[in-house]
Amino acid sequence: MIEIGLGHYLTLGAIIFFLGVIGIFLNRKNVIVILMSVELILLSVNINLISFSIFSGDIVGQIFTMLILTVAAAEAAIGLAIIVIFYRNRGSIRVEDIHGMRG
Amino acid sequence: MENINIILPEIFLFLGTCTALMVGVFFKNSYNIVIKFTYLILLFSIISIFLSSVETSEFFLMSFVRDPFADFFKSLILISCFFVLLTSQQFIKDQKILKFEYPIIILLSILGMFFMVSSNDLILFYLGLELQSLSLYVLAAIDRNNLRSSEAGIKYFVLSALSSGLLLYGCSLLYGFTGSTNFDLIQNELITKNTGAVFAMVFILVGLAFKVSAVPFHMWTPDVYEGSPTSITNFFAVVPKIAGIAVIIRFMGKPFDNILIEWQSIMIFLSIASMILGAVAAIGQNNIKRLMAYSSIGHIGYALAGISTGTVSGYSSTVIYITIYIVMNLGAFGCIYLMRKDGLYKEQISDLSGLSKKQPLLAVSFLIIFFSLAGIPPLGGFFAKFYVFMSVIESEMYALAIIGLLTTVISAFYYIRVIKIIYFDDAKNNFDENKNFNINLTVFLSCVILLGFLIYPSILNNTVQSLF
Repeated sequence: MIEIGLGHYLTLGAIIFFLGVIGIFLNRKNVIVILMSVELILLSVNINLISFSIFSGDIVGQIFTMLILTVAAAEAAIGLAIIVIFYRNRGSIRVEDIHGMRG
Repeated sequence: MENINIILPEIFLFLGTCTALMVGVFFKNSYNIVIKFTYLILLFSIISIFLSSVETSEFFLMSFVRDPFADFFKSLILISCFFVLLTSQQFIKDQKILKFEYPIIILLSILGMFFMVSSNDLILFYLGLELQSLSLYVLAAIDRNNLRSSEAGIKYFVLSALSSGLLLYGCSLLYGFTGSTNFDLIQNELITKNTGAVFAMVFILVGLAFKVSAVPFHMWTPDVYEGSPTSITNFFAVVPKIAGIAVIIRFMGKPFDNILIEWQSIMIFLSIASMILGAVAAIGQNNIKRLMAYSSIGHIGYALAGISTGTVSGYSSTVIYITIYIVMNLGAFGCIYLMRKDGLYKEQISDLSGLSKKQPLLAVSFLIIFFSLAGIPPLGGFFAKFYVFMSVIESEMYALAIIGLLTTVISAFYYIRVIKIIYFDDAKNNFDENKNFNINLTVFLSCVILLGFLIYPSILNNTVQSLF
């Protein structure tokens, strides 16, 4: 049996974080997937903060996590709202359809 | 009770915003009432900053700091926001974006910037940043029946959420490796070598560079500037930049002060890349809002050059630079609002051709402001660049100074091309007669400050010197 330590949690956080970043850059299909990737990034930060908080015996990290959860919910709500108005105007939310302006 | 005095401007702004929201909900066609109410809130917030001014002090478990630096930046944010709202009235009426939410969301984003500027703790800093960013997502997409505005909103949302995520990951690592979220404690912790914290610093710097649109994190800027309504572009080009630069100075001066060597090379890279891209990429642009986007990327490069010295004189030169940059941008966008023909707003640079024959006054304003943006003496923009390069040379970073001066020369090309089109090309368009007092006042004030800075530069210099 391996003892599960701080390093394991941090590795898990880092893997989820990079999955989120890769999801944003490699995704060529749907904007909703990008929204999910953003949530993944915020979750990986939460894992980091909680494990740091537990292993250093300092409660601040857990308070920070609660606040991040709230912000993540607000961010998802606004993101979905923007996607809805884009769909109304364009009739599609495929990533390759978001190219009205070059750049 | 003493603590209430410390955050009086924030309390006032917040309660004012809530009242404005109530007024907006319960009255019909409430836009006109709400916008007047917003002017009052902005004015009284400035007054409350001066009335409640206190000694440098930290409150609320050391998470909130009130010092002259924060007060200066808060006043700057309020004043520039006031002029942004003032100039955009006619535009909003013409474009039919008369929603009462519009000024309220702007007020909320300003509240977020207030907390960012005053933060002394990672948690408060992150919450302020998110309050600002969430409001800006909505603002970019505020013209919701317009495809380009909603596309700007979606692009800004995706990239800005990514950068918030990177910044937050940096915050979590910084908390883990230093054991605290307080800036003072982090600063003390970093006296000893701490590789994890350097790693965290890189992530935080990437997130901050994104917010002020420094290269290589600038991809959103031209599209968002072009797509969102001109009044919002004006807001984006001015107000969030002030808060972003203030937060970068705060981070570099306080928690990361002891790892100067590590962040200095990154900052120099960001600065040089922004200056070069801002100068080169703007040359081929036909849309004036896109031109202003690349111009703002270049200007942020010069502002970051001042920060990269890591000295007090460098920081104060950056503060002077950003102040003059705001004056120039408010004037430039005032002129862009006046490119109006039969109630439609023109955005192409070619629409300006031969302007000097029809509207000589507007042409002269364009001349002053664009010469100042290019940094031609004796206008304000020249002195801003002069102070930055003086402090860079004092720190013996000659390569940065030489590259900066070269990019100034290159970027002068596209500013002067606009002037050439205005003065020497054949007259094509006949813009509407200009009777808008608000815009005239803003453009006039901007030109007067840029011309008059030569005579009395010590007002701004002395104020900025007293901040550090």
